[in-house]
Amino acid sequence: MSAPFALGPARPVPLSGINPVAQLSAIAVLTVVLLVSGDLVTPSFVLAAELALLPAAGLTAPREVLRRIWPLLMSAAGVAWVNVAFGSLSGADAWLSGATWGIRVIALALPGILLVAATDPVRLADALTIHWRVSTRFAYGALAALRLVPLLASEWETIRLARRARGVDAGANPSAHVRLLASTAFALLVGAIRRGTRLATAMDARGFDSGVPRTNARGSVLRRRDTLFVLAAVVVCAAAVTLSVLLGAWHPVLA
Amino acid sequence: MGPSGVRLAGWGFRHATRRGWAVRDVDLEIEPGERVLLTGASGSGKSTLLRALAGLLPPESGDAAGRLTVDGGPPERRRHRVGMVFQDPDAQLVMTRSGDDVAFGLENIGMPPDRIWPAVDAAMHAVGFDLGRERPTAALSGGQKQRLVLAGALAPLPGLLVLDEPTAQLDPEGADLVRAAVERAVGDRSATLVVVDHDVESWRPLVDRVVELLPSGGVVEHDRRWIPPLLRFPVRRPAGSGDVLLSADRAGYTHRGSPAPALLPTDALLVGGRTLAITGPNGSGKSTLALLLAGLRAPTTGRVVAAPPLTAGLRSPARPPSRWRAAELVERIGTVFQQPEHQFLTGRVRDELSLGPLRSGTGSTTAARLADELLERLGLSGLAEANPFTLSGGQQRRLSVATALATRPRVLVLDEPTFGQDRDTWAELVALLAEQQDGERALCVVTHDAAVVAALADDVLHLGVRAAVR
Repeated sequence: MSAPFALGPARPVPLSGINPVAQLSAIAVLTVVLLVSGDLVTPSFVLAAELALLPAAGLTAPREVLRRIWPLLMSAAGVAWVNVAFGSLSGADAWLSGATWGIRVIALALPGILLVAATDPVRLADALTIHWRVSTRFAYGALAALRLVPLLASEWETIRLARRARGVDAGANPSAHVRLLASTAFALLVGAIRRGTRLATAMDARGFDSGVPRTNARGSVLRRRDTLFVLAAVVVCAAAVTLSVLLGAWHPVLA
Repeated sequence: MGPSGVRLAGWGFRHATRRGWAVRDVDLEIEPGERVLLTGASGSGKSTLLRALAGLLPPESGDAAGRLTVDGGPPERRRHRVGMVFQDPDAQLVMTRSGDDVAFGLENIGMPPDRIWPAVDAAMHAVGFDLGRERPTAALSGGQKQRLVLAGALAPLPGLLVLDEPTAQLDPEGADLVRAAVERAVGDRSATLVVVDHDVESWRPLVDRVVELLPSGGVVEHDRRWIPPLLRFPVRRPAGSGDVLLSADRAGYTHRGSPAPALLPTDALLVGGRTLAITGPNGSGKSTLALLLAGLRAPTTGRVVAAPPLTAGLRSPARPPSRWRAAELVERIGTVFQQPEHQFLTGRVRDELSLGPLRSGTGSTTAARLADELLERLGLSGLAEANPFTLSGGQQRRLSVATALATRPRVLVLDEPTFGQDRDTWAELVALLAEQQDGERALCVVTHDAAVVAALADDVLHLGVRAAVR
């Protein structure tokens, strides 16, 4: 229905077969390496490996890929621009620094997009509570709240229309626009809290977090392929750093 | 563990934040396996009583009086024996897939995983939910969602099933679906049933007893053949048809990015002195049509045209209502939304009533006088300084109608004005609307409620369900 808010893939994609905690571990490995590296070669190599995973996350159509990553591209471009325009370097060095930052931002955030595209949030909550002992109150509470997000979009529209019906619109006045936006957002927030409270009561009525140890109907198993997936991430990082050192580009940021 | 017995002796409850008792002096005995309908006016404490039965009123939430036991013990210790269903299905579903949601309650009580799925299937079968475990919960209709919520409540095999107006937010088809599921599920008397609802007629075939909770305290036991007092219909003064004010001309609407239209091209005519009722099942586009007529959305096909009596005084009379400025719109077409709180913008009832006139350029003295007149007529004078959000559901409903009337619009569009109201509020609302049926004004009422149609409508536009989309 409202695709941008759809939770998880409509049907499993190859990457869904990797346990979410294995994906998160791999993301952690990449993140450490990307944060430490300050050159252009390392993030470029890692990014190439990530792009190779796009089809496995069901992101093959360029349109679909763009729909998922446009906010990321915008922020990467913004970061790169800030570095070129306001950095201490000038000329070719400034452009190199800008490109490095832009690619780093994309390489850091793309795994998160792959995770979201390939992972059912229910499986994620299952894996987090079973393998990493994340509190069930937190994991399933967040899950239930996530389900309400698509409802917020239609609620926003209703509140906006209801205000027009009361004779309230901003017309051509920009400051009135801002005030109207703020008050609509406040009304939305109040509504969300009320519904959230009702949801919490309903979950209590179903015995949620009542002190009884919770079981899990779906379970979550770690297989050999999950270990291999994390190892692959380590190998990619090692290869990226080795290549960077061999090319003489490596200069760690935190050194 | 068979069905549960319930005993209340001199029981009452006062919420920690309130001065008055929400419910008091209740003596009630419910035998194991019995089915009881609990009814009573808004504010008589029905929901509070149900929450207490489900063990959802911890001691810190208020003061309790008398005794209340489920299976001979305090309800806080019997929570695992009670299944509860509330009004709003979207505030009860937790999981993204149907089967996972039914399993949620079983996981919470620590049932071993290998026993969960057979229990889920049994509960789905018990309520007649046949769309399968994998069906996304977001893709269900309101009635199916509520059916699933019921399956979730039944899966742990409760001894007591309590339902708090489970059909109040559903269309008649959805409500029938839920009642059929309840009937099927408790047919073998494996659980005691307590239902709270205003609609005695519909639940009567399913229950053994009807108990009315009195706002002043205490309960009255009614015979099963008890017929609640008839709805008070307003006396309508015949008003001749006046001018055509607004028309929809093959107007249809499709949401951006949606493959199917929300409203197929439709004709409608709003005439001064006449009331048009728009009826039809959920998904037929009733509310969408109301938004088009109200000038809040522009049709994506066809058009909505305002006639000269309505466009008089506009800066650009040729524009369709959806392009009028809000201040111009509010003087000409008033709209009442289904949820009153969506429309409240101020912190005081009086300000709420004078807001529309002020926005459309009425002076502040005149606006204040209009507000006082409306307060007087609605019997809300005592609440002039109250915050609209703190009013009861029925009062909010009347206030939202009054805010739309404050600018004296020639057209009044209402979406489900009587939804979920008790009999007294129903009668007050319908009487208020009947007062507006003079020769000048056109009313348009979207409703599922056949009694509203009978009481008010001159013309009925029935929208069918689209064949392709369920």
